[in-house]
Amino acid sequence: MTLRAFLTNRRAMAGAGILVFFALLAGLAPLIAPYSPTNINFPPMLGPSAAHLLGTTANGQDVLSQLIWGSRDTLIVGLVTATLISGIQLIVGIFGGYVGGWIDEVLSMLTNIFLVMPGLPLMIIVAAYVTVKGTVPIIFVITVTGWAWGARVLRSQTLTLRSQAFVEAAQLSGESRWRIVLTHIVPNMAGILVANFFGAALYAVLSEAGLEFLGLGNVNTVTWGTMLYWAENDEALLMGLWQWMVLPGVCIALLGTAFGLLNFAVDEVVNPRLRRT
Amino acid sequence: MRYLTRRVLVLLLTGWAALTINFVLPRLMPGNPAEVMLARFQGRLSPRALAALTVEFGVHTHQSLLAQYVAYWGHMLTGNFGLSLTYYPASVAQMVAQAFPWTLGLVGISTLIAFILGTGIGIAAAWRHGSRLDGVLLPVSLLLNSMPYFWFALLMLYLFGFVLGWFPVGGGLNLAHQAGGWAGLGAIISHAILPAATITITAAGGWVLTMRNNMVAILGEDFVKFARAKGLPDRVVEFRYAARNAILPNFTGFAMAIGFVVGGALLTEIVFSYPGLGYLLYEAVLNLDYPLMQAIFLFISLAVLVANFLADLAYILLDPRVRAVGRS
Repeated sequence: MTLRAFLTNRRAMAGAGILVFFALLAGLAPLIAPYSPTNINFPPMLGPSAAHLLGTTANGQDVLSQLIWGSRDTLIVGLVTATLISGIQLIVGIFGGYVGGWIDEVLSMLTNIFLVMPGLPLMIIVAAYVTVKGTVPIIFVITVTGWAWGARVLRSQTLTLRSQAFVEAAQLSGESRWRIVLTHIVPNMAGILVANFFGAALYAVLSEAGLEFLGLGNVNTVTWGTMLYWAENDEALLMGLWQWMVLPGVCIALLGTAFGLLNFAVDEVVNPRLRRT
Repeated sequence: MRYLTRRVLVLLLTGWAALTINFVLPRLMPGNPAEVMLARFQGRLSPRALAALTVEFGVHTHQSLLAQYVAYWGHMLTGNFGLSLTYYPASVAQMVAQAFPWTLGLVGISTLIAFILGTGIGIAAAWRHGSRLDGVLLPVSLLLNSMPYFWFALLMLYLFGFVLGWFPVGGGLNLAHQAGGWAGLGAIISHAILPAATITITAAGGWVLTMRNNMVAILGEDFVKFARAKGLPDRVVEFRYAARNAILPNFTGFAMAIGFVVGGALLTEIVFSYPGLGYLLYEAVLNLDYPLMQAIFLFISLAVLVANFLADLAYILLDPRVRAVGRS
């Protein structure tokens, strides 16, 4: 029933469609991309032509190839970070909320602290201190600063579920804590968890783009964020190389919208109050 | 009262955490990055300033970590944030004080406009949910909410600054315009319009989404149906019954956003070279100016903390249910 509601939801399908498109692009990059994204032997600053459909960069790289290969890193960062964030939210929100007591006190105090820490400035500070630049520190930084909000939502949801009759029944029948959390609480929050996952993925993709644009990632890797960094550094727009600057942003926005649509649609499907009347 | 004690506790703990992050981070990283910084500034600073820095960042010092931490707290509590390396001999506090009003003016006003605009549009979309208007507004807001806003800022800058030439391409105030009086004010405004428009447009999308969803949920409540059945005019039901209730969560969000004003829109400021805190932080990062970086982060954190604390207090006044929970 829920699955069908999801499959017939136009927003969900639009989001899933975009996501599948980028996943295919990332997976088949070696086959689709006309050139190596790091090959710098082409004439620089070419406009679109038959040989280079989207022209070349100021360093003589093929923009289309960079765009296709760039989808890999962006997707990986988005999905890995979202998985890590969801894991932390699960532990802090659901476990803390269910177990209660001093564990919950400590965990929710921690949540409140991270909730009010300004995310982007903290990310910039940490990234500036990290001496090894690359994808892993970026994933780490985004995860550390991004889990609090969802954890708070999950915790309050757990608190309402905990007092429901079926959970009390399970407790009385002597089921273990872990079993109750895993078989009774988590399945009932699947919708929120999935929605949170996509929300976290959106946050991760946008944060990654921002950090890399500032040059706080590894600027020698090919991602949409570093493409924007180089395009801005080499003044792509002033040179008339608009496709170099515009398209990576469009791709990020599209991927972000896909995550946003999925987040919204899942919320709509599992929350009956948001359904169309 | 329990609610209030908790809030105060969170305020204090978070303040402590923000201060400690500044102390721990440079010491935590493999190959203390401050050493690189010190090597770069060797010879450019007075020996006394260098010595102060080595203590502050724990490079080549024989003090124990605890002694360093105590000394660090002493500096922070007496407002001694040190000298900026980039803008030497200006002090870090001076630089922050100079940049802060620019950020407050630009981001504060645009956040307010975005909130009012987004909430209004959200109300309209929810009231007609399922209609064509809602069908268009929703994906548009999602798109606005999902795009990298610094990229949108770049495109705006290019289109309206370079191609059309309607607005200046950066800075807060052209030196030529430092006339003061009305001319000066006009120049400030013309420099602020593009970044303000960027922040407003990209931030409004999020407000539309949350307000719309809150309000759609409220519209399904019995008291709204009853108000309709009673034959109350649509306007009254829309604004006094539904919107008034739906705005509560959005209001907390707004209070938080006000806190983030101080550090918010960092990237927009950077794109427009706007002389606010965001741009200053960027300069500090680029130049490995760790004292300035630390001070800005601290300032932003404390501003966010205080704003949040005030928001929590306001929430007690706004929502009687919070008070009830606190008593039980």
